Amino acid sequence: MPKSKSMSKALVRRETITGYAFMLPSLIFFLGFVVYPMVQCVFTSFFDATMNREDIFIGLANYVELFQDSVFMGALKNTVIIVVVSVPVTCIFSLWVSSVIYNLSGPACSVFRCVFYLPVVTGSVAVAVVWKWMFNNYYGIFNYIGTSTGVLKMNVNWLGDAKYALGCIILILLTTSVGQPIVLYVSALNNVDQSLVEAAEVDGATKFQCFWRIKWAQIMPTTLYILVITTINSFQCFALIQLLTSGGPNHSTDTIMYYIYYNAFKLYRYGYGNAMGVVLAIIIAVLSAVQFKMAQEK
Amino acid sequence: MKKRKVMAMLLSCILAGSLVACGGGNSGTDQTAGESAPAPKTETEETNDDAGSESEAEAPAADSADGGAAADITLWTYPIGNWGDSATVDGLIANFNAVYPDINVTVEYLDYTNGDDQINTAIEGNQAPDIVLEGPERLVANWGAKGLMVDLGDLWTDEAKSTIYESVESACVSADGVYYEYPLCMTAHTMAINRDIFEKAGAMQYIDEENRTWTTENFQKAVQAVVDSGHANVGAVYCSGQGGDQGTRALVNNLYGGTFTNAEHTEYTANSPENIKALELLKSMNGINFDASIAGGDEINMFCNGTFAMAFCWNIAQEKNNLENISFEVLPMAFPTDSGAPQLCGGIWGFGIFDNGDAAKIEAAKTFIDFMANDEKQVAESVKASSYWPVKDIGNIYEGDELMTEYSKFVEYMGDYYQVVGGWAEARTAWWNMLQQVGSGADVTTAVEEFVTTANAAAAAQ
Amino acid sequence: MKEKQFNRSSCYKIISVIVIAVLAFLFAFPLYWIVIGSFKTSAAINSTVPQWWPQELVLDNYRKLFSRQTAAMWDFHIPFTQFTIAGPDVPAAIRWLFNTVFMAVMAMLFTCATSAMAGYALAKKRFVGRTIVFGLIVCAMALPKQVILIPLLREMASLNLYNTIWAVIFPIVGWPFGVFLMKQFSEGIPGEMMEAARIDGASEWKTFYLIALPLIKPGIGALAIFTFINSWNDYFMQLIMLTSTKNLTISLGIAKLQAENATDFGLIMAGASLAAIPIIIVFLIFQKYFTKGITMGAVKG
Repeated sequence: MPKSKSMSKALVRRETITGYAFMLPSLIFFLGFVVYPMVQCVFTSFFDATMNREDIFIGLANYVELFQDSVFMGALKNTVIIVVVSVPVTCIFSLWVSSVIYNLSGPACSVFRCVFYLPVVTGSVAVAVVWKWMFNNYYGIFNYIGTSTGVLKMNVNWLGDAKYALGCIILILLTTSVGQPIVLYVSALNNVDQSLVEAAEVDGATKFQCFWRIKWAQIMPTTLYILVITTINSFQCFALIQLLTSGGPNHSTDTIMYYIYYNAFKLYRYGYGNAMGVVLAIIIAVLSAVQFKMAQEK
Repeated sequence: MKKRKVMAMLLSCILAGSLVACGGGNSGTDQTAGESAPAPKTETEETNDDAGSESEAEAPAADSADGGAAADITLWTYPIGNWGDSATVDGLIANFNAVYPDINVTVEYLDYTNGDDQINTAIEGNQAPDIVLEGPERLVANWGAKGLMVDLGDLWTDEAKSTIYESVESACVSADGVYYEYPLCMTAHTMAINRDIFEKAGAMQYIDEENRTWTTENFQKAVQAVVDSGHANVGAVYCSGQGGDQGTRALVNNLYGGTFTNAEHTEYTANSPENIKALELLKSMNGINFDASIAGGDEINMFCNGTFAMAFCWNIAQEKNNLENISFEVLPMAFPTDSGAPQLCGGIWGFGIFDNGDAAKIEAAKTFIDFMANDEKQVAESVKASSYWPVKDIGNIYEGDELMTEYSKFVEYMGDYYQVVGGWAEARTAWWNMLQQVGSGADVTTAVEEFVTTANAAAAAQ
Repeated sequence: MKEKQFNRSSCYKIISVIVIAVLAFLFAFPLYWIVIGSFKTSAAINSTVPQWWPQELVLDNYRKLFSRQTAAMWDFHIPFTQFTIAGPDVPAAIRWLFNTVFMAVMAMLFTCATSAMAGYALAKKRFVGRTIVFGLIVCAMALPKQVILIPLLREMASLNLYNTIWAVIFPIVGWPFGVFLMKQFSEGIPGEMMEAARIDGASEWKTFYLIALPLIKPGIGALAIFTFINSWNDYFMQLIMLTSTKNLTISLGIAKLQAENATDFGLIMAGASLAAIPIIIVFLIFQKYFTKGITMGAVKG
């Protein structure tokens, strides 16, 4: 756009007015229901805020308490475990599935894709309640299969036992999060420049080399996108926790998201909850920045 | 031309924006805008009560002449007997509207799992209900203590004070003497056993079926006998949340005669040697699981469908509501004790009013409470809906009801109503967290100490 | 050598397909279990030996679900006013479904309209402060929206929107992902076409409406699908903002069913079926657009 450099003042003004006119409906919602609450969130995190009382300014006390709160640290640890386990597993699993199904003949590929996507559309609540039933200590099919095949000696209280609860949550989370990556990978793999692959094959590259050197490089942007969305999704894991374990037993499945809710609506500590929100936001911001950096380097 | 169009668009957008801003500014008054200004006090309530049920036509006339009774109020009920069932409550409200047609009551039904969260978000969202039906532990010790409730002193007339049982009255009043609850009904929380399973296991010998009591030692033997008969899940110390937690508290307290708070209700004493001993015992028992995946309501269901051989979260309403699901003989029991003198947890339920700053609604809410709890023709039906007992002498409303006669035996075991201790909401949360810790293998003494520290800190903060 | 390699890789392929087929079966199983569970008798539900295919199919659970509570089919509170319009009484579960559809459709329409306009402006208008606005949008996008729940709740309360379906819709509309996506799509609008329109004397609005909009239509489709699914499943916001039985969404409704009757799995599965089946049908019908939309969203994002 060579013209834009020499834009006259009148033109700039016109562009600005029309620009904001077009932005305005969106800006009202964005500023009103995203930016304003975020500012409020940071602001109240410096207060001791609870119901039916004026907020009291306490400076950084919420933050100081936060890092001495062993339950919060546990929640942070659990959140990190969920992210660290589920993100790579989701990516690798969906890449593997896609690499197998993307060039299947006929409707097979879209049938598979569809089935893996089903848990996503089913909705977290419906998924949570059915898994709760399947994991049930007394009537669940997992215990039935386990005990009748002899794998388990006795019924295991999957969701009520600190040893297993978080693992179960992660398993369910995985089933609901691989759908989208598979769809993305399948389409990315179909878009790989076939001539490059053929050229490599002529040069005598093995299938594995072919995949690693050529296809992997070409689907890199998709991988990055998948990394970002699965990271954000895993951080936001809430419905499963609230419906399946309520953070228990003994806070072993608390995530930061759930602990914020717990503090706000069970202990009425709004300021403290907001401080946690701020910390979580900072963590995610840093992570996103790192991922962004990675993307730029590639 | 073009510019004008753009300007017009901008202007309309700004208008829309300011609308949003206005909405914000008006928050307090918007809700009341639709109604007539704060009504003159309806002193005619009592006369209406007397006259109302006789002629339906007269009462509305009296009301409209009074001019101030019309209001929309909301009632949120916890599942207290059939007060959690819409068909029953609709009937009760129809009675009320026959006398006060201008007061429109909308009902919401809460559950014990999420009900408190729901009320807490509603309070924060300025949409707390007008009337809530629950016990003093929430109305007085929690919301009342936080200054959210209306003083019901004018409902507590001298007559009310003289007729309502003293123990109930003292639970409905806060430490500084304000009445936050007007009670409707009460009961004793018991436990229950599946008599068929016990019979089969030969465990009935450990039970005093006449007095419905058993010793701690016999309790252990009975549970072991049931386990030996092949029924692995005898009972569960449920602790996924606070639902039905009076059962777990009563169980722990009774086993060796511990108490939950001190006699003055100022301090939590769950760390006493008796309680620790009891928790150690429960933890070590075969057949009793600490189950962090279920709460009281689940336990009841699983007792009724025969999964568990005993339920710790039990009372008359549970048996009445589940009659058609139960295919065995239920034997309600007092909690096992060392001393032979069980101390059952009482349940008291009544109405409280959230202070929404609207005098007309508060007045209407008081009219509603007065009708439900005091109207001579209504009160028996209101109490019966809960399937509990009245809080004052209104004659035997359960004449000829065998089940009620059976359960009335437990009233004599009623213990101290300690739920009015400070920091109650926080303490409840800490309690099930503590049970989860014990269930996951933590040291009992440490866990209980932590519980007491948290709970006492919350009590001190109030 | 080549032959051998071919054999090995096709062997790997066959085994993989079989494994994936088994996995796919496992992925579909919970859905089967929801639907089949909703038709089981309570005896079959509570038996410790699961009935893979029930001996007896009954409608009891649905009957129970529909006879629980009733609510008016609709009574929309028009924001910032006192007006509500009420419909005929129906089982509460139907009302929840209706609320959910209404919410998802409204969120979708609002988001598409506002995002298309804003994205177009960000891509094609060189206005003062553009980079700042865009930077703000990118930053906000990375944050989990749930962290703002407490202030948002207070804000909705002061706007008198708490416990109305709008309290769920507006934050979704405000979420800037749509704007970002539409900006990426609008970058592709050729400048010459806009220039030509301007020379022909078309107003700004007309240029947008007649030139830009048709070009970014595929993007809008993608965004619409995205928003629809996300808002349908946006359990968290719904949980915080909605309380009355009549205002619940179907997700909240099932969660409530579960809280009230945690072990009545038949009833809960009936609710879950009611929530899952409509959206799955929508998904199967628009499957092609779904996958296209998701892919385009990723490519452009």
